[in-house]
Amino acid sequence: METEFLRDYATILIFLFISIGLGFGFIFVNFLFSPSNPDTEKLSAYECGFEAFSDSRMKFDVRFYLVAILFIIFDLEVAFLFPWAVTLGQLGPLGFWSMMIFLTVLTIGFIYEWKKGALDWE
Amino acid sequence: MMSEYLNIILFDSLKILALLIPVLIAVALIVWVDRRVWGLVQLRKGPNVVGPFGLFQTVADALKYIFKEIIIPAGANKIIFILAPVVTMSLALLAWAVIPFGENLYVTNINVGILYLFAVSSLGVYGIIMAGWASNSKYPFLGALRSAAQMVSYEVSIGLVIINVLLCVGSLNLVDIVIAQKNIWFAIPLFPMFVIFFISALAETNRPPFDLPEAEAELVSGYQTEYSGMMYALFWLGEYANILLMCALGSILFLGGWLSPLDIAPFNLIPSPIWLILKILLLFILFALVKAIVPRYRYDQLMRLGWKVFLPLSLFWVVLTSGFLFYFDLLPN
Repeated sequence: METEFLRDYATILIFLFISIGLGFGFIFVNFLFSPSNPDTEKLSAYECGFEAFSDSRMKFDVRFYLVAILFIIFDLEVAFLFPWAVTLGQLGPLGFWSMMIFLTVLTIGFIYEWKKGALDWE
Repeated sequence: MMSEYLNIILFDSLKILALLIPVLIAVALIVWVDRRVWGLVQLRKGPNVVGPFGLFQTVADALKYIFKEIIIPAGANKIIFILAPVVTMSLALLAWAVIPFGENLYVTNINVGILYLFAVSSLGVYGIIMAGWASNSKYPFLGALRSAAQMVSYEVSIGLVIINVLLCVGSLNLVDIVIAQKNIWFAIPLFPMFVIFFISALAETNRPPFDLPEAEAELVSGYQTEYSGMMYALFWLGEYANILLMCALGSILFLGGWLSPLDIAPFNLIPSPIWLILKILLLFILFALVKAIVPRYRYDQLMRLGWKVFLPLSLFWVVLTSGFLFYFDLLPN
């Protein structure tokens, strides 16, 4: 049973190796057939024709960070819902109402975020 | 023992190649379909020179990329820079491993198929972040940031849409999901979810009208700006493989996968993969039409749609679906 179970995942592992190999293979073919005559201008970072004004690892809007945090909360919720959704038929009323309470708590949090303006982008 | 392992590897490799090669050809054809549809909407001809009806246009493009110089910017983190397109493309292809083309026609049939698809498509964002960071240039950096925020935002609503389907199926297995639609395709009872899935899939794959990461008027070409030659082509291949995957996922979740629309004589004689391919093509033509017709969103509009419309709506629909199924005792098993 267990070996059979792992057998399916072995296929995915082989798939992973083949597709990574394919990716590097394409680049290698490109490497073989392409010319290579670099110069300083060609290898500089692109910025509309002039030298870059500042470092590209610059400050960026904190809202991207906020979106990432919100994403973690909601994606965890989705991950939590997956097993519940599959087995709801066997869980009965207790399982159903527990999740409803959880979702209510989450919705209150969501309304708070909304009111605080965490979801606004200008 | 050793030869047994070798046998497994050889057998699996053949199976995988039997899937991968058609997928790569399909990607080449789908790019052509995309450009043709785009052309037709704008009353142009689109690519029609290379091969019959211009069918080989993509092959010609790919050949051109092979002979293009590889430019790696001096300031780039070279290893990550080279790894990024490989990651993007291999993840896009990897997800195809679990797509069933028939009741017994798949590369592998793991019992958590949909979870696997969800996980692998979430990983796709790494390729873009790596590309944007490693390029060490402004436009790729901003493009990658935007793209990452956009992809994770819409992933949440895709996840909730999938929960809706799972409630009706009671299994994570893709074959079970399709078989559960024998009587009625989920696109009919869950129609609003189908619409949300479709629009979120557009955003998830950075397709127009949500192609802000590469909005050429603002960001040159987003995270791909510093790439050239085959590495650029790999991004583009991964992108289209992802689009095709989203179309396949949409057909499996909502349009009955490989099942024929009517279970009567002429329809159910057509082999199952053909039906799946037709459904994928139908969804893709919709994708292409949207690209040609709809103007690009602004970034704040995009985030508002994702967080303030789709997320509450799909969450509400999860409650509605589960409540309905629970109240009327219609839950599977």
